Amino acid sequence: MVAAAALAEVAAPAAAGAALDIEQVSHAFDIDGAELPVLDDVSISVEPGEFVALLGPSGCGKSTLLRLVAGLDKPKSGTLREDESRIRAPHPSRVVVFQDPTLFPWRSVWDNVALGLEAQGILKSQRHRVDAALDLVGLSDFRTAYPHQLSGGMAQRVALARALVNDPKILILDEPLGKLDSLTRITMQAELVSLWQRKGFTTLLVTHDAEEALVLANRVIVFSDRPARVKADIRVDRPYPRHRGDPYLADLRRQILGLLGLDATW
Amino acid sequence: MSTYSLSDGLASGAPRTSRAPWLATWIRESGVGVLASIAWIAFGFSCLWWQDLGDWSRTHSLGIAAFIIAAIALLGTVGADYLGSAGRGLRQRAPWLVALGAFLTLWEVATAKFAWLPLPFFPPPQSIIEVYTDDLPKLLDSVFASVKLQLGGCLIGATVGFVSGVSIGWSRAVGYWAHPVLRFIGPLPATAWLPIAFFTFPSSWSASTFLIALATGFPVTVLTWSGVASVSNAYYDVARTLGAKPSFLVLKVAIPAALPHVFVGLFMGLGASFAVLVVAEMIGVKAGLGWYLQWAQGWAAYANMYAALIVMSLLCSGAITLLFAIRDRLLVWQKGTVKW
Ligand SMILES: Nc1ncnc2c1ncn2[C@@H]1O[C@H](COP(=O)(O)OP(=O)(O)O)[C@@H](O)[C@H]1O
Ligand SMILES: [Mg+2]
Repeated sequence: MVAAAALAEVAAPAAAGAALDIEQVSHAFDIDGAELPVLDDVSISVEPGEFVALLGPSGCGKSTLLRLVAGLDKPKSGTLREDESRIRAPHPSRVVVFQDPTLFPWRSVWDNVALGLEAQGILKSQRHRVDAALDLVGLSDFRTAYPHQLSGGMAQRVALARALVNDPKILILDEPLGKLDSLTRITMQAELVSLWQRKGFTTLLVTHDAEEALVLANRVIVFSDRPARVKADIRVDRPYPRHRGDPYLADLRRQILGLLGLDATW
Repeated sequence: MSTYSLSDGLASGAPRTSRAPWLATWIRESGVGVLASIAWIAFGFSCLWWQDLGDWSRTHSLGIAAFIIAAIALLGTVGADYLGSAGRGLRQRAPWLVALGAFLTLWEVATAKFAWLPLPFFPPPQSIIEVYTDDLPKLLDSVFASVKLQLGGCLIGATVGFVSGVSIGWSRAVGYWAHPVLRFIGPLPATAWLPIAFFTFPSSWSASTFLIALATGFPVTVLTWSGVASVSNAYYDVARTLGAKPSFLVLKVAIPAALPHVFVGLFMGLGASFAVLVVAEMIGVKAGLGWYLQWAQGWAAYANMYAALIVMSLLCSGAITLLFAIRDRLLVWQKGTVKW
């Protein structure tokens, strides 16, 4: 298969996932002098290669937690570690795919995907990785297109390729499929699982969709309202590919929706 | 002919162009070209038919040239299908040729032939042609001096403005010091510095370069700065998680994202610098088109003034066109940009 061959090239030294330790992290924002607590003593320990989904009410602090993991912000208290080393600043071993694709409009698709390698100064010798990443998301024909010429789903795939080309040890996904139509979504969910299975990176996925969490992740963490606390930590021991109609998953889904304050009528 | 086919068509209920479709097509495609040709023939006749009221040497040549243009307009539009893109371009511009021919005819008649417009102030077309043929060396010298001054000043102003705009937008410390200075001095029209500049600078040429650079630099600085300041943090976040260092953030994120703003600043700066150029040349430099205008006015050489004005407008328009071309090249990624 083309994709498999492409994959072998992207994952040059079989990059395995890293462990992630979030220890007693609390965070707050200052809004007009008042303090808005957002994270309250959050502790999560993620094994290398795990796929963890984070679920919680909107505005509870999920994106904030992801920014801390990425190293874009520093927590008010607590520590975050990637493989025992403390996270203090962003590093390409932890790459974020945001809800908006945030492609650089002045760069072609190829140049957008090449961004990470260029920033790290290794693009000259690693150009084939960009081509391979584009192959992987099926957008090789659009390498010279500009972002404004892409559909929403294509743009999000470019954003995914831009992340994957760096061989991240931890892939951080902040509702990356939230704005896509349901058909594209289901396709991209399947692509995500097979990518994760083949490459073995640790995945942190924020989603507002309990079903998506259960189809993709082997662990689902449910947060409380703001300030976010870990309300439940649910293991999903089901082989892949998973089926949406699976009664075991349906049961878990009811349980999760209950935790989020929704009736079981769903 | 077309009236006939129209009534005929109505009577029989058939499509009205069925009788002579080629004629309708021909009139639609080449009719304006024929009109253009007629307008230019009229201009040619207006030159040659009556006696000139004044003493101008180029009337005859101008008439001949008008006939040649008329011939080109006619053959070019009628035979456009065989001329490729040149033919298509000519057809598209044919309405303008009509207007231009009519205007020149009117101008010729109103000035050289009947003097409906007072004569020394409204010179006829042939006297302006005469300037271009007889006073060419001086005019070229002036053009060269103007372009040199303008180019130097603009390049310095744009470069300094761009660099300082990026620094102010990027660095809080630079912004702290530069912002008040910019606010205090920037809005001052560059021409207000003129008297001071001309006695503090070693030469009038360097003083004018400084003034042109100032006029260009201020809008470029402000717009570059606002462009850099308005870059969305999301871009920086993406670049930082991908391993970007500060230099990459400035050169590969902030500057390209701010570039559309920078070009707005460049357009404003270029416009402002034209005004400064002309004033500086009139008052200080004693060379260039501004000075040529001044000199022509002193000698009541009105034809020379119009001739210089036409050259000046071509140069300014050319500079703007060039800037648009550069912008379109650099900003191909933008959709829906204005065409100049
Ligand atoms: N940079 C910021 N400054 C101030 N408040 C913020 C900032 N970012 C997020 N917040 C606030 O923190 C809370 C949590 O936000 P977020 O983590 O984005 O929630 P979500 O769980 O929906 O991703 C929200 O109430 C939001 O208004
Ligand atoms: Mg969010």
